[in-house]
Amino acid sequence: MTRKVSGEVVFEGVTKRYGDVRAVDDVSFRVADGELVTLLGPSGCGKTTTLRMVAGLEAVSQGRVLIGGEDVTLRAANERNVSMVFQSYALFPHMTVLENVCYGPVSMRASKDAARELAAAKLAMLGLTGFEKRLPSELSGGQQQRVAVARSLVLEPAVLLFDEPLSNLDAKLRRRVREEIRELQQQLQLTVLYVTHDQEEALAVSDTVIVMDAGRIAQQGTPQELYEAPNSRFLADFIGDANLIDGELTVTAAGASFAAGGVAAPVRAHGAKSGPATLALRPHELRVVAAGEGVLEGVCRRAAYLGSRVEYVVATPWGELLAFDGDVRGRRARDEAVGIAFDPRAAILVPRQETGNR
Amino acid sequence: MANHAEALAPVFVPVARDRVALALAGVALLALVALPWALGGGASALARAIGGDGAYWPLLAAAVALAYAAWRGHDRASAAICAVALAWAFVHAFALGKTGPSFGIGAALTLGVLTAGLARSVARRGAFHGDATVATIVVVIAALLLVFIFFPVGKSLVAALFDAQGRFAPGLAAERLLSPDVWGLGCLSGGTRCGVAVNSALLATIVGLGSTAIGLVLALVVQRGGSRYSGVTRLMSILPIITPPFVLALALVVLFGRTGVVTGWLSDWFGIPRSRWLYGLPGVTIAQLLTFSPIAFMLLLGALQAISPALEEAAQTLRASRWRVFRTVTWPLLRPALANAFLLGFVESLADFGNPIVLAGNYEVLSTKIFFAVAGAQHDPGRAAALATVLLGLTLVAFWLQQRWIGRRSYVTVSGKGDGGIPAPLPRAVWLGCFGFAAAWIVFTLACYGIILAGGFVKDIGRGDMALHLGHFASGFGIDFSGGAPRFTGSAWNSLFTTIEVAAVAAPLTAAVGLLSAYVITRHDFAGRRAFEFLTMVSFAIPGTVIGVAYIVAFNVAPLELTGGMAILVLCFVFRNMPVGVRAGVAALAQIDKTLDEASSTLRASTVRTLTRVILPLLKPAIVATLVFSFTHAMTAVSAVIFLATAKYNLATVYIIGRVEAGEYPLAIAYSSVLIVFMLAVLLAVQAAVGEARLGRRSAAALTVGHS
Repeated sequence: MTRKVSGEVVFEGVTKRYGDVRAVDDVSFRVADGELVTLLGPSGCGKTTTLRMVAGLEAVSQGRVLIGGEDVTLRAANERNVSMVFQSYALFPHMTVLENVCYGPVSMRASKDAARELAAAKLAMLGLTGFEKRLPSELSGGQQQRVAVARSLVLEPAVLLFDEPLSNLDAKLRRRVREEIRELQQQLQLTVLYVTHDQEEALAVSDTVIVMDAGRIAQQGTPQELYEAPNSRFLADFIGDANLIDGELTVTAAGASFAAGGVAAPVRAHGAKSGPATLALRPHELRVVAAGEGVLEGVCRRAAYLGSRVEYVVATPWGELLAFDGDVRGRRARDEAVGIAFDPRAAILVPRQETGNR
Repeated sequence: MANHAEALAPVFVPVARDRVALALAGVALLALVALPWALGGGASALARAIGGDGAYWPLLAAAVALAYAAWRGHDRASAAICAVALAWAFVHAFALGKTGPSFGIGAALTLGVLTAGLARSVARRGAFHGDATVATIVVVIAALLLVFIFFPVGKSLVAALFDAQGRFAPGLAAERLLSPDVWGLGCLSGGTRCGVAVNSALLATIVGLGSTAIGLVLALVVQRGGSRYSGVTRLMSILPIITPPFVLALALVVLFGRTGVVTGWLSDWFGIPRSRWLYGLPGVTIAQLLTFSPIAFMLLLGALQAISPALEEAAQTLRASRWRVFRTVTWPLLRPALANAFLLGFVESLADFGNPIVLAGNYEVLSTKIFFAVAGAQHDPGRAAALATVLLGLTLVAFWLQQRWIGRRSYVTVSGKGDGGIPAPLPRAVWLGCFGFAAAWIVFTLACYGIILAGGFVKDIGRGDMALHLGHFASGFGIDFSGGAPRFTGSAWNSLFTTIEVAAVAAPLTAAVGLLSAYVITRHDFAGRRAFEFLTMVSFAIPGTVIGVAYIVAFNVAPLELTGGMAILVLCFVFRNMPVGVRAGVAALAQIDKTLDEASSTLRASTVRTLTRVILPLLKPAIVATLVFSFTHAMTAVSAVIFLATAKYNLATVYIIGRVEAGEYPLAIAYSSVLIVFMLAVLLAVQAAVGEARLGRRSAAALTVGHS
């Protein structure tokens, strides 16, 4: 609790090769002190490898890793001021909760009493007082997760790493625990790097989200920036659902319009120029209206009732569009002719050059 | 070395002064200054140097230089100093050869410390990902294997090239290797006898096929018969562990020999004349089948249990008859395991020494022929080495075939959670046949053990004199209480105490070397990991007789003169049984999630702390299994140590073989029963202490896995 060391993490052109495969390819980013940054991406995108390189569990093939301004590229894991919460929690099954949490301080040659004191404080912080004597196998999944967090907090590391910490919890618990993690991070001003493949989780907890794809950073920004201004087809599709339509953008002084399949609709250009373009439309931004009342005409192909909304698939000149409509009482029938309406401000124009697959 | 380190870069390089290397240098200096360099006491290296032997000054200089380099953190210099000093010590010692001193305690400590120092400093230069602990484990164990497996085996193979007078004679070697005594096929055309290699191969083939068939029948009965027969499994998993390899041959002699119990009945009641039919191929075959079919049984039972009942049920629902289910589903899935069991039986039979020495008579096999070439009147180490080469060749071919055919082809159809379901019943006729045979075989096995356990209590079991008599136990295990403190006057006590002592010293060393090897193999990636794994496993493929000859040839002269002492017995057991420890460790470590090591590491624990606080406690079952296996195996082994035991350091098994050769069957049987009961007691005590279910499964697994 005494001296707060800076937890700034800097990656400078880091590459990780396994044979000929580049699991992480020339990645650079910065995590500011006290910030929670999420590494998000599909499985195999290199996010966990990146995290493990911060921890020192994987050797860096090329580039530098700095923690608190210090080059730690060549330091072993046990010589870095970093702790990690593992996906499996990795609690030592033969030690009690207290022994697990004391493990770090004892490794650092703290006295037994000092270690116990530190451990007790962290266990209390996480509401685990009274569980000290239990073995990990005698705890629920949520409790095991808290012990893992307590164990990694006890050394007051400059950086705390989370590797998919919620993936072994059930859906209800997941929401609660992620809020607790965020609260803890804010309260202790922790620098946290957090790996997940769940975009909702990433949006919910992060200051900054780094989306990775095929070993590279696809986009980096606040949750809002990523959701509202994805810079590629991959991103628009990966963060939230999106209908992606290839067509032609025409910008005039009067406004912009997007045309595909012979039908044009007004959009906001946000500085884009005329030419081929990809439009991303979030399903919840689309309203299914009576035929003739929307911008697009179509036929309802499927309508699935989900209680709070109806999920439609509508065949239109722009292709089959997915639409989530909150008007559950005025539900459209299958094969009914319908219209699709949307606010021009909700239309996202995705840069075209990024669409190719690497 | 520098190039090597750069090739591995980038790596984690620690930065501090190397205190451990400093301590190592201190130990080396102490050993050089204060401890006798040579075997059997005498002067230290320093005293020898002052006394005028200049060859020791470089070693002393190296220790001082190492201390300085460690203090200054010059890792490259440390590595170079250690490497040069090691090379100098070995070159000097081997150049002197017979005329020089043999390495003693001072030399062993110095060389060990220099090896560890070399490993450390290379690691600090970047090899082994900068992990000095891993580097030390790998380099020290590899060095030990080179000295105690590859050097002796290599030297004994080379010995085949020299004649009895020590002259280089390649022509003689070729003649020895290819002579009709070895490869002759005369017995096929009738008339003359076959070569010894052909005899061994024929016996091994029969035993391989037979033990596989018997193992399969027993496994089918036990698996399809349900938990009723779990006692059979238990019996079969324990018997091979506690039985010295000649015991069943002894039992057969007592039952079916010319003056045997059963032979007597047959002669009295049916007028069947007494004969010596047992001695030769028939007797050895039966004895080896009794000895090795439990191993095939355990292997095949495992394979049967790995076949998901759902597959057979699926076949049944597709209207297949019982017979068709067995023929089209069960049998094809079993085939790899059958091939494995066959080759295992083949290799075990080739390597077996205990049964042939009792029963083979005029039917010569390689293992005993090698022994007589060394120990017999002819004393021809070159010939023994040539025969050992043939035996090693046959064994390696069998292992190569095993790897090649079935190494990767195993059908495990039960994955994760079991499907449930019941194995399909066998066709009625097959079931009855199997059940009948299995019952008869079990009764036969029990009769053999029964006669051994009971035979010591009658006057002369060898000649059918069945009067109750305790004299054999009295002469072997007599204790004189008359003088206050008990005196162990029995003739067997000496060898029994030596055996227990050797086994008790070897067991923890075996476990340590084996499990540490398993740890670095499974948990760390380093250049040459596959080669290291091969090194640790290879001694398993070398028959005990070959190791015995190799140790005799390699370790009877300076600078590595070990024969005649107790150390060579311990070393022999450690490096022969080590692969079992490696296998058990690898299997157990696979169950321990690697993130536990990583968690420990991110919590600032050093490799040593991770090893002692996380890995070892979780490995406890494997440690116990390895301890028990190596202890019992050291108690029962014959083939290698029969070459190494002496009158002063005699072993129980060697003593018993001696009694058999002298025709003193009652004492041999009494002693065997004591050994079996002792080991059973040890096994049961350990099981009771550790928790029976766990160990029973582990030790059986370690055994079958270890042999395959």
